[in-house]
Amino acid sequence: MTVTNTSADALPITVRNVTKTYGRVHALDNVSLDVKSGEFLTLLGPSGSGKTTLLMVLAGFTRPDQGSLKFGDAEMIRQPPHLRDVGMVFQNYALFPHMTVEGNVGYPLRLRRVPKPEIAARVEKALATVQLSGYGERRIDQLSGGQKQRVALARSIVFEPRILLMDEPLSALDKKLRDRMQIELRQLHEKLGMTTVYVTHDQREALTMSDRIAVVNFGRIMQLATPQQLYDQPENKFVADFIGDSTFLDVQRDGDTCLVGGTPLKTTRPVPPGDSLSLMMRPERIHLIEGAPAPDDNVFEATVSDLVYQGESFLLYAHIRNGPEVAVRGAIRGDTYGRLPKPGATVRLGLHAADAVIIADGGL
Amino acid sequence: MNATGLRRDEHMERLKLFGLSSPALMLVMVILVIPVGWLFYVSFIGADGSFSLENYERMITRKSYGRIFWTTFEVSLLTTGICILIGYPLAYFMSQLPPRLANLCLIAVLLPFWTSLLVRTYAWLVLLQKNGLVNNWAISLGLWDEPIKIVHNLNGTLIGMVHIMLPFLILPAYGAMRAIDRDYIKAAANLGASPRRAFWTVFFPLSTPGLFAGALMVFVLCLGFFVTPAVLGGGKVIMVSMKIVSNIELFVNWGAASALGVVLLVLTAGVLWIASRFVNLERATGGGGH
Repeated sequence: MTVTNTSADALPITVRNVTKTYGRVHALDNVSLDVKSGEFLTLLGPSGSGKTTLLMVLAGFTRPDQGSLKFGDAEMIRQPPHLRDVGMVFQNYALFPHMTVEGNVGYPLRLRRVPKPEIAARVEKALATVQLSGYGERRIDQLSGGQKQRVALARSIVFEPRILLMDEPLSALDKKLRDRMQIELRQLHEKLGMTTVYVTHDQREALTMSDRIAVVNFGRIMQLATPQQLYDQPENKFVADFIGDSTFLDVQRDGDTCLVGGTPLKTTRPVPPGDSLSLMMRPERIHLIEGAPAPDDNVFEATVSDLVYQGESFLLYAHIRNGPEVAVRGAIRGDTYGRLPKPGATVRLGLHAADAVIIADGGL
Repeated sequence: MNATGLRRDEHMERLKLFGLSSPALMLVMVILVIPVGWLFYVSFIGADGSFSLENYERMITRKSYGRIFWTTFEVSLLTTGICILIGYPLAYFMSQLPPRLANLCLIAVLLPFWTSLLVRTYAWLVLLQKNGLVNNWAISLGLWDEPIKIVHNLNGTLIGMVHIMLPFLILPAYGAMRAIDRDYIKAAANLGASPRRAFWTVFFPLSTPGLFAGALMVFVLCLGFFVTPAVLGGGKVIMVSMKIVSNIELFVNWGAASALGVVLLVLTAGVLWIASRFVNLERATGGGGH
């Protein structure tokens, strides 16, 4: 793999205290964010969270009420979009229907008055990068969804911007193609090394592709961390709830120990300050205990309420005694499914001390 | 159900469909095919009542006819051109407004349709006459000293025709512009196009089908226009339709009038045919899907 553009050319992005209000709604509420040069950072959040507004501020299409935005050392907040020199892939691709593939990809180069032979060469190279060599003459309406996606990508990288923005670029594709494009985008990013800000509402996509993820809600960044940190040690209940499935049990603090339903909790995880705490239980981290429990297992008595077959795994719902209903996910191998407890049965659920994550309430 | 049964059902369905559309077919026959056929027939009847080509011969031999056709095309082209110059910027302005404001503007554009063509034309006559509102105001404002002649000539004809034709240009142009996804303009800006270049390289090309449809509609309507040039032209602007009327009213020559009608019809069809080679008319007039 040839490196055409090293990370040294990429620019860091610095966002400071950016606020944008629509009427009384805070689309962005005093947001500060640092994107490292060459990093793949994803803005993840539900619709209406402000993630797209933040991307539009970066691209220059939304003017914030206040704040500062720097690409490298240059202040950009008052720079109009056409002078920002960032590539952007739009959700609907926004390919010009009156131009061919070649016309679209060559458009930014023609604007920059690049000589004609060089345009042809660079367009061909960009198309090769997205594996669409030889498609230059095609009309836009002759392309499939995945091909349009690639053309949009080629158009946004052909002028070698040092920052690339992507607004849910895969949301219009079917699942198989989306999965493949996630890997391809990731590889392309490694090859080109430009600072990339990616917007999505799909947590799996975010976990798959990103160096770091900023979880956005209510116009604020709820947590900025690597995918693994985000999943393993969410900082607040919103992130814990939004990423993956989880059930929360109330935790009472008694000095240095934490009590769940009156029983001391075994945990190797840090306990956040404050009195209002919850225990986060992920379905795949809970196991069914047969025989004697391991010494560092937390044990919960529960009654099975439902059992669901899902192909590669099963999902078992059980009511914890004096507590909520939790889900337990496990792999299916051999005849394990047939031996699982049926609804109505009493079971013991185990949560290993290393998986007992305590979350400060709030953030919801 | 076997194959023949299914085929019979399909056949029956087609018959029913044909039956349901037959009233419409009859209507087209009665109001379109028969009159036009009659027009063709009468145009080949000479003054003595027998078959003859004299009506067409006269159009070629007499110079005045050539001038009338030339005037018709000239007035139509000028009207279309002025409509484009006024209508395109207006349509563009409206397309950039928030939908609610744009709808208000649209109503304003359509408002003249609620008044009779004749009333609007005579209103212009009153406004533009020697001691009319326009002249009086212009003199009071010091724009010019003497009342100038802006009616009963080409100027008046054009003013009236542009006013009446403008909505026919604005509506399709506005429709095409509204359909342009704003993300195209954003994408152009993102790729480095200044607002002016984004307009000329992206917005304008995408709006031309609508503009072309509107211009074509205005041009074709102008070719056969009668009332406004007759009233505001003051006899100095003679278009084909006016010659048709005088052939019937003054000379009671139905043959000559019909021949003029046929030639105008053929010319109009020719214009549409040529236009169809350059642009997908069905799509431009909103008939087809994208």
